[in-house]
Amino acid sequence: MIRLLYFARLREALGSVGEELAPQAGLTVEALMQQLAQRGGVWAEEFGSGKSLRAAVNQTLAPVTTEIHDGDEVAFFPPVTGG
Amino acid sequence: MSIRVQTEDFDVGAEINRLRQQRLDIGAVAAFVGQVRDLNQGDAVAGMTLEHYPGMTEKSLESIVQQARARWDIMDALVIHRIGHLKPLDQIVLVAVAGAHRGEAFHACEFIMDYLKTPFWKKEQTPHGERWVDARSSDDDARARWHEA
Repeated sequence: MIRLLYFARLREALGSVGEELAPQAGLTVEALMQQLAQRGGVWAEEFGSGKSLRAAVNQTLAPVTTEIHDGDEVAFFPPVTGG
Repeated sequence: MSIRVQTEDFDVGAEINRLRQQRLDIGAVAAFVGQVRDLNQGDAVAGMTLEHYPGMTEKSLESIVQQARARWDIMDALVIHRIGHLKPLDQIVLVAVAGAHRGEAFHACEFIMDYLKTPFWKKEQTPHGERWVDARSSDDDARARWHEA
């Protein structure tokens, strides 16, 4: 299983702090985003093209080509604005 | 090196004293304190809530401080970042760097501050309601200058 986390504006839009998913072999961040977008509605809005989202795999910022493996923690969030 | 992410306020004087008194060869401490303003993008801000990604925040702060230590000859660094609900004049962040001389301490302190914006998100309370603050391109400009020279 992989652990998915959503933060800030994205968390509020989705109405979810996160979930667990069984990853397919060879899953990438990009493929995962497409998979989430296929749920339709707000998921399509947030994970479909156009929105600027960042991804982190195991708490490190990750490009969309990054492969996801069983046991990974994958987080999605808007560009950061702290400090 | 010390990294703290906390909801409680901090005492700048006490923190700097702890940092500077560790070693007899420390000759300079540079510090930056960030606080909440009551105005942003033209609107009055009554307060804000700072959200973060526990675990990744500490990891990325440690990495930023390590980069500063690799680049400048500093002796120690302290970063305290607050999260949760904050109101105008509340302290948000403290970066303090100890070194032998001021040049290295100043540079390392500014560098750490420029890279500090990961991964925090601000939500402001204004007369028009709550809003998430968008990332600013000026922050990217501030970071880019460290890649020159």
